[in-house]
Amino acid sequence: MSTHPTTPSQTVGPYLHIGLPWPDGPFAVARDTPGAVWLRGTVHDGAGAPVTDALIETWQADPEGRFDHPDDPRGAKNLPGFRGFGRCPTDDTGSYAILTLKPGPVPGPTGDQAPHVDVSVFARGMLHRVVTRLYFPEEESANAQDPVLNAIEDPRARATLIAHREDDGYRLDIHLQGEDETVFFDI
Amino acid sequence: MSDTSHEGLHVPGYVRDHDTHPPLDYPLYKSTSLRHPQRPLTLLPHMLTEITSPVLGEDRVVGDDHDLTRQHDGEAQGQRIIVHGQVRDSDGRPVPHTLVEIWQANAGGRYRHAADNWPAPLDPHFTGVGRVITDDQGRYRFVTIRPGAYPWKNHQNAWRPAHIHFSLFGRAFTQRLVTQMYFPDDPLFFQDPMWQSVPDEKASERMLARFDYDTTEPEWALSYRWDIVLRGREQTPFESEEEVLEDDE
Repeated sequence: MSTHPTTPSQTVGPYLHIGLPWPDGPFAVARDTPGAVWLRGTVHDGAGAPVTDALIETWQADPEGRFDHPDDPRGAKNLPGFRGFGRCPTDDTGSYAILTLKPGPVPGPTGDQAPHVDVSVFARGMLHRVVTRLYFPEEESANAQDPVLNAIEDPRARATLIAHREDDGYRLDIHLQGEDETVFFDI
Repeated sequence: MSDTSHEGLHVPGYVRDHDTHPPLDYPLYKSTSLRHPQRPLTLLPHMLTEITSPVLGEDRVVGDDHDLTRQHDGEAQGQRIIVHGQVRDSDGRPVPHTLVEIWQANAGGRYRHAADNWPAPLDPHFTGVGRVITDDQGRYRFVTIRPGAYPWKNHQNAWRPAHIHFSLFGRAFTQRLVTQMYFPDDPLFFQDPMWQSVPDEKASERMLARFDYDTTEPEWALSYRWDIVLRGREQTPFESEEEVLEDDE
């Protein structure tokens, strides 16, 4: 049982840039990696304005759906050169860009989950991070079987999690609030 | 630990600790108004992506990353302090070998950041950024300068209490935490919406370091201890999560 109460979250504030970005943060894989794709998007607030002081973090499986982590019951599997984790502050247009490999399907309690990337958004004005998921548009049949997507009834809300294909990767814009509000998860 | 007897793969999740955290919509902190979701959050059962996280090792830390007073040729200005503690989960287990990142204002309450331009001096010998990896008992230790309070524009005559920003990964995506450490007996808490946003007073107190005379360094530095608690594992995760997912449809 849980005996020790947890430490509360606080905002990253406006000065996160001195502490959190890493020079290699946006590169979950190196620039010349075969098959690498850019995950891009713009973060918007409830008035539609770009959020220029947010930090995006991504976490995902490798192309085989494996994790380099001891708590994966299939065993930790390291894919050299692949970190699985990306971190990028938004720029003065509210945009982020993370270079990675597309993940494979990941086992879940009722069969495979569709390929997905877990995304955290941190910013001034947010006392806690919000979490969403990025799914891939060409995975229509896998997406149709995905337990997380299928728990969302409203098709417009579900669509906020599906990235759009671009020349060199995918785009997922994030709307923190309003008409087009992204689905965020209680994790 | 896992159950693959059916076609799926079940993994134990992490406890949900909503009661601890501030709400995303908190009108006293004005910047939350356009930056909080208005629709209810959707429950995400913890699966493999949520119970894993990046393994970030010593390669993320270099040289004097643990000692913010020695990152320049000259000496940083202000009161030298040690900030140390242990990272544990809510079951009391230490969280070893995990990255802890900090950033903070200097002794005069100014950040080395282009957007911070209130009239307090910058210190050429202080950047205000530190990183360490916890040891095999989850312990961390920084040497730094006690940060100053600073004004901001949230409300009339608003001042942030002195604080140090902390970022922690733990060993799972669910354990990721960004927070702030405060100093005991700060007179500014009463008007600070960040401090006030934590719904339970006992929970706010968990953001307070305590003065730790035993680990002061004589004729060198005062010391504060701050232990950090991340979410622990759930006891009976499997069936209940599936039910919740179905109920949520």
